Amino acid sequence: MVNPLDQISELLLISAIAVYLIAFIAFALDLARRSAESQANVDLVRQVADVESSAGGTAVLIAAPPAPPEAPARGRRAAARSGIALMLVGAALHLTAAVLRGIAAGRVPWANMYEFAMTGTLIMVVVFLVALTRVDLKFLGAPISGFVVILLGIATVSYHVAVSPLPPALQSYWLVLHVLVAMLGTGFFTLAAALSAAQLLQVLRRKRAESGRPERLRLLATVPEADRLENLAYRISVVGFILWTFTLIAGAIWADHAWGRYWGWDTKEVWTFIIWVVYAGYLHARATLGWRGTGSAWLNLIGYACILFNFGVVNVFFHGLHSYAGLPTSPS
Amino acid sequence: MSRPSDAQNSFSDDKASEEAGVVNPRLGPLEWVRWGWRTLTSMRTALLLLLALAVAAVPGSLIPQNSSDPNGVIQYQQANPGLSKVVDALQGFDVYTSLWFSAIYLLLFISLIGCVVPRLRHHWKAMRKAPPRTPSRFTQLPSSSSVRLRGVAVEEALAAGERVLKSARYRTARYGTSVSAERGYLRETGNLLFHSALVGVLVTVFVGGGFTYTGQRVLVTGDTFVNAQTSYDSLTPGRFFNDGSLQGYSLKLDRLDVAYEQQNLAAFGEAIDYTAHVTTRLPGQQPKSAVIKVNSPLEIAGTSVYLLGNGYAAHVTVTNPDGSVAFSQSVPFRPQNTQMTSLGVVKVPDTTNQKKQIGLVGFLYPTAAEQTDGSFTSIFPAAGKQSLVSFLVYEGNVGLDAGTPRNVYELDTSHMKEVAGTKDPVQLKIGQARTLPDGLGTVKLDGITRYAAFDIHHDPSQQWVALFVALAVLGLITSLLVPRRRMWIKVREEGDEVLVEYAGLARGDDPNLARAVADLEKRHRAALPEAAREKASV
Ligand code: HEM
Repeated sequence: MVNPLDQISELLLISAIAVYLIAFIAFALDLARRSAESQANVDLVRQVADVESSAGGTAVLIAAPPAPPEAPARGRRAAARSGIALMLVGAALHLTAAVLRGIAAGRVPWANMYEFAMTGTLIMVVVFLVALTRVDLKFLGAPISGFVVILLGIATVSYHVAVSPLPPALQSYWLVLHVLVAMLGTGFFTLAAALSAAQLLQVLRRKRAESGRPERLRLLATVPEADRLENLAYRISVVGFILWTFTLIAGAIWADHAWGRYWGWDTKEVWTFIIWVVYAGYLHARATLGWRGTGSAWLNLIGYACILFNFGVVNVFFHGLHSYAGLPTSPS
Repeated sequence: MSRPSDAQNSFSDDKASEEAGVVNPRLGPLEWVRWGWRTLTSMRTALLLLLALAVAAVPGSLIPQNSSDPNGVIQYQQANPGLSKVVDALQGFDVYTSLWFSAIYLLLFISLIGCVVPRLRHHWKAMRKAPPRTPSRFTQLPSSSSVRLRGVAVEEALAAGERVLKSARYRTARYGTSVSAERGYLRETGNLLFHSALVGVLVTVFVGGGFTYTGQRVLVTGDTFVNAQTSYDSLTPGRFFNDGSLQGYSLKLDRLDVAYEQQNLAAFGEAIDYTAHVTTRLPGQQPKSAVIKVNSPLEIAGTSVYLLGNGYAAHVTVTNPDGSVAFSQSVPFRPQNTQMTSLGVVKVPDTTNQKKQIGLVGFLYPTAAEQTDGSFTSIFPAAGKQSLVSFLVYEGNVGLDAGTPRNVYELDTSHMKEVAGTKDPVQLKIGQARTLPDGLGTVKLDGITRYAAFDIHHDPSQQWVALFVALAVLGLITSLLVPRRRMWIKVREEGDEVLVEYAGLARGDDPNLARAVADLEKRHRAALPEAAREKASV
């Protein structure tokens, strides 16, 4: 028996993937144009430098990466803007898909892998779009939309399951809260990880420039400096960390109601804990000599890798109470 | 200011250990101790210990653990006999209570205490000190602005500045013709609260754990449990457990209702609800009915009663050839799959011929369906008229006399002879009776009821753990979200105008510093007399 609402939901989700894919292309175009633009800038700087050096000045300017231009070129703005518009359309389709899935199942749409992926990526997109209204993060449009397309692709191909009722152990408000907060936290951590990755690239670029090697990844010239990226990453992961702390606590309360103990080092509990500790390490690293900057950015990425591992590998391959998440039927 | 300098300033230990790391040829024993302590309580050690803790937690998720998955441990040992010796030697089946894991978190918490105590002292002093002196030049600060005003006296401007800052909850002090202000002590307070509360969580978990007990009991419908040590199938007491720890009460299982999905074919036959109806009775009180569900335990007499398992119990009567009753009891069967095909064992020691004790190994098919090869399977988990129990029959010694406890779900057939096998099992529907082979008498299936497996917990430390967790969350949120800032207003007379300068400095990460300085300027000018609100022409 196929639930018609679920079918519509799946169709909408596939359309959302398609729209996100076009958004990705638009954002990629934006990045390509940034690259070309900063090439033009470099040429400009070179000319100035040539003039200066022929006039007896130094050619130091060549080594310094060009500063971001005052305003982006018009073509680029159009590409980035259509990327955002497409992402909004994708998010609307995506949201409708999730809502219909929830109606079809008669509960919140986050009770199995397919649904986590669906709602979790929706939250990632929404967090990104909201962040865009406050900070210019358009350069992350391509990586974020690309990542969402990949995750949703995997979810629809490998994890799709027909709607089914919740087993009794999962019928709890704490589960609703626990998973919702975990997905929200993941949304923030995703953005923070992207920023830390950009920060590391930015540091690499500066190092190359300082050692006088030719520049690669010119588009980074239009991206904020490493320091600023680090601060943004920090601010966003702080929110993620608070949410993850709530995830840990809500999970413990739920475990207490369902299994009679609030903490039992079950596989998923272990990984939730590991993630929390790694991010605590990241927050500490920002205040530790020798770790701030690049070191803390790596820790942020390691934390995110643990999140992906927890979702993609632990859920599927590891053995634990969460993996069958039903009532253990044996009275042993 | 891009990175939190907070920890560095308020936390000089970090720098000290940094210096201590430099080779220092002659250290006396006392210096070594001091060096060790400084290193242990340094920020870098804390970070490394945190990362070590994360790494050390990983193996416990890869290898089955005795605490959470004892059956997995046995399987693992059978599958890798050689490797599991090594794993066992490294306490790999008990990672979270192992020496090495404990060492890491104990060191971490010692480091934490060593780091929180001096910070508490420092913070206590800092909270009562006046805000710091006004810096001489504002232009070096991350955020500053200035404005020339006319028609206002220096003193008037200063007083207005103080008022504005105080109303924004800054603590202020005057230094000459400037106001210095600071806010956000709460940030450090929150941080200290968070770290102290973590210690609280650890201590309450440890000390409180000693007062807990956890027990299991399988109750067949109609049976009663009393909260006494002998009434448990198994009981795991904490360190400080004694007989007085068990508060007396009784709990009778009246009915266990189970609902199965029947509409949605994708999930057909899946259990969607378990509800145990029970009657409880406290000493000297009237009995009360209550309901226990999977996610809602029953709280009674300081214990929580959880519904954690269920299954079918078959009521079986075995009659000796002379007509006397050898056995008449409900026997719990252990479910084998989602359709509740269940396996159970009936041990009958009280036969007239003691050489021929009877052992029955039964398969219970709640909704029996015959397969093409003549064997049965269950196609739906609900029991009733359609149910079938199929017994293999053994005679000999059932092994109950030795006095050693035996698993009620297993029959040791090594001293027994099979008299009815898989080819000719004794099959019974509810209410049916059959003759047993070899003149053993008769067996009757009187009925099939449900049983519930309850876990009974007593954990007096839980409220305390919850309290410290709540404090930790409160501390965390304030420490991460409250901005800590210093603000200054400097006023100087220049001819018939006054020059007012504003500046701000964040301690820690503060995205809104520039906005706060601009806001200060705006609010300060709004607090000045009407005449002074106009900017003087430059
Ligand atoms: C039990 C392990 C620990 C956990 C889970 C933990 C967690 C955290 C968290 C989440 C923060 C961020 C709060 C903030 O930035 O204000 C933090 C900050 C801090 N922690 Fe810990 N911590 C632990 C142990 C320690 C230890 C052992 C020390 C001392 C060596 C320490 C010193 C600090 C300091 C100084 C800060 C402030 C850093 C800043 O201003 O950004 N922590 N800790």
